[in-house]
Amino acid sequence: MATLTELTLGDAVRLLNEGGTTAVGLLESLLSRIDRHDGAIGAYRFLDREDALQQAREADARRARGEAGALLGVPVSVKDLFNVKGQPCTCGSRMLENYRAPFDATVIARLRAAGAVIVGRLNMDEFAMGSSTENSAWGPSRNPWNTEYVPGGSSGGNAAAVAADLAFASLGTDTGGSIRQPASFCGCVGLKPTYGRVSRYGVVAYASSLDQVGPVTKDVRDAALLMNVIAGVDPRDSTSLDVPATDFTATLGRDLRGLRLGMPAEYFDVAMDPEVSRTVRAAIEVCRSLGAEIVPVRLPQTRFAIPTYYVIATAEASANLARFDGVRYGLRAKADDPLEMYERTRSQGFGAEVKRRIILGTYVLSSGYYDAYYLRAQKVRRWIRKGFDEVFHSCDALLTPTAPTTSFRFGEKSADPLQMYLSDIFTATVNLAGGCAISVPCGFSSAGMPVGMQVIGPALAEGTILQVAHAYEQATDWHTRRPQLKG
Amino acid sequence: MSDSTKASAGFDVAYVARLARLHLEEGERAQLQTQLEQILEYVDELKAADVEGLAPMVQAVETENILRSDEVMPGLDRDAALSNAPEHRLDLFIVPRILE
Repeated sequence: MATLTELTLGDAVRLLNEGGTTAVGLLESLLSRIDRHDGAIGAYRFLDREDALQQAREADARRARGEAGALLGVPVSVKDLFNVKGQPCTCGSRMLENYRAPFDATVIARLRAAGAVIVGRLNMDEFAMGSSTENSAWGPSRNPWNTEYVPGGSSGGNAAAVAADLAFASLGTDTGGSIRQPASFCGCVGLKPTYGRVSRYGVVAYASSLDQVGPVTKDVRDAALLMNVIAGVDPRDSTSLDVPATDFTATLGRDLRGLRLGMPAEYFDVAMDPEVSRTVRAAIEVCRSLGAEIVPVRLPQTRFAIPTYYVIATAEASANLARFDGVRYGLRAKADDPLEMYERTRSQGFGAEVKRRIILGTYVLSSGYYDAYYLRAQKVRRWIRKGFDEVFHSCDALLTPTAPTTSFRFGEKSADPLQMYLSDIFTATVNLAGGCAISVPCGFSSAGMPVGMQVIGPALAEGTILQVAHAYEQATDWHTRRPQLKG
Repeated sequence: MSDSTKASAGFDVAYVARLARLHLEEGERAQLQTQLEQILEYVDELKAADVEGLAPMVQAVETENILRSDEVMPGLDRDAALSNAPEHRLDLFIVPRILE
């Protein structure tokens, strides 16, 4: 039998329901694996063992009383930007080093209601700005497939933990690819739901018109199981969508006959790693063999995705991060007058990438440049959306690489922000257009690093993309591969 | 700004940093000026997009104003709201003196 920590979320729930283990048993095996291996991986930034054990004991007591819950007793880990009452929430930043969350984010409350045990907090790029976790104020996490490589970002701690069996499942956020790119780099599944599917209340904001909460998991079914718990309208987030509740597992197990899947030429034409292109093309052939009709499509807007994303995301970030002024929470630098306090606080609290994005965002919103940059980017965003709308007239979903390369080495891109930004080229378009997308493992490079295939759907088409990703996953065994950890 | 102007031509990192309430050290300023000029030149590609007649897209999923009934709902209580304050006294956030 597989060791407990190798279980998927779904299998862990099943084993608990069958009486084959307890919540405390699952948690203890996970904590001992974290103790043994996380020194080399650095996925976690915070663990409260006593609190987690208390939650696990309660879950066992609830089960003993005959209570049920979709996730009753299963440990779930979260990115370090969800408010969990009483815990730190540093967002990878010195700015929030000493902050303690005074409330639960809506998704945390939903996890608790389903009986999940909130285990710990996962490392991330500061304020979710980055593609490698190298921007975390607390140091990077490492890719379990090769610790000389980055795990991706910004939800890099999530992907590293899940890939190394240091988490059963996790919640992250995705603004331009921050769930899907690390999932691709570490060989796990990452779902960015449709904007508004999941409440953002209690989630530290980066770019509010793009941010979305979603799962990073060991397989596609686990992503659907987590969505069943976290999705739904929330009166505390007026952008959450009031749509009928869905069983996200409903389409799993269906084959791909009758589905038309588009292959956008622009997602294979750009300067990209030929191994990634070859691997994803082979995965698309598997989808064809499962009954899908593969159709070539064009998305000529693709080359504008990154400039559009970096104008809109940084503009929104510059406004969102204005709240860090040293007055109500977070760091405060000593100063004699308020202006000096703001400037010193923000200069000491924010790291280089955050400053870079705040300055860019402030510039594109500033008098004389607003029309040329921000307004224009919003119009291009509309055009990107129209491009997707048109292809979704003739296709149910699109198949693309998740990222143009596999994971890279530490330091390889950190000196050149623009190169780092380009790793979001295939993912940021989906956040801009308002669709949903999932990354599923589809092979390895010759260097042994995972490759991800992205399935993109229109708004609210999670059922379709989960169906496609699941059919592909079940026809292959990439999701069952595990990195060999030292020690 | 005319289309012939280089995107970064009007970019002065020190000025924008002041708008953003960021104090930059000298070395930091020079590096950011260079990096952001490069990024702005890249962003300038947006000028090549044909956006004639397109309305700006502000939200990912367009929603109208969401209203709720005017009923009192529990929010964060005062002690919790003050619990992370760098400095507070009674019910107040304390800041450096604003008026001389």
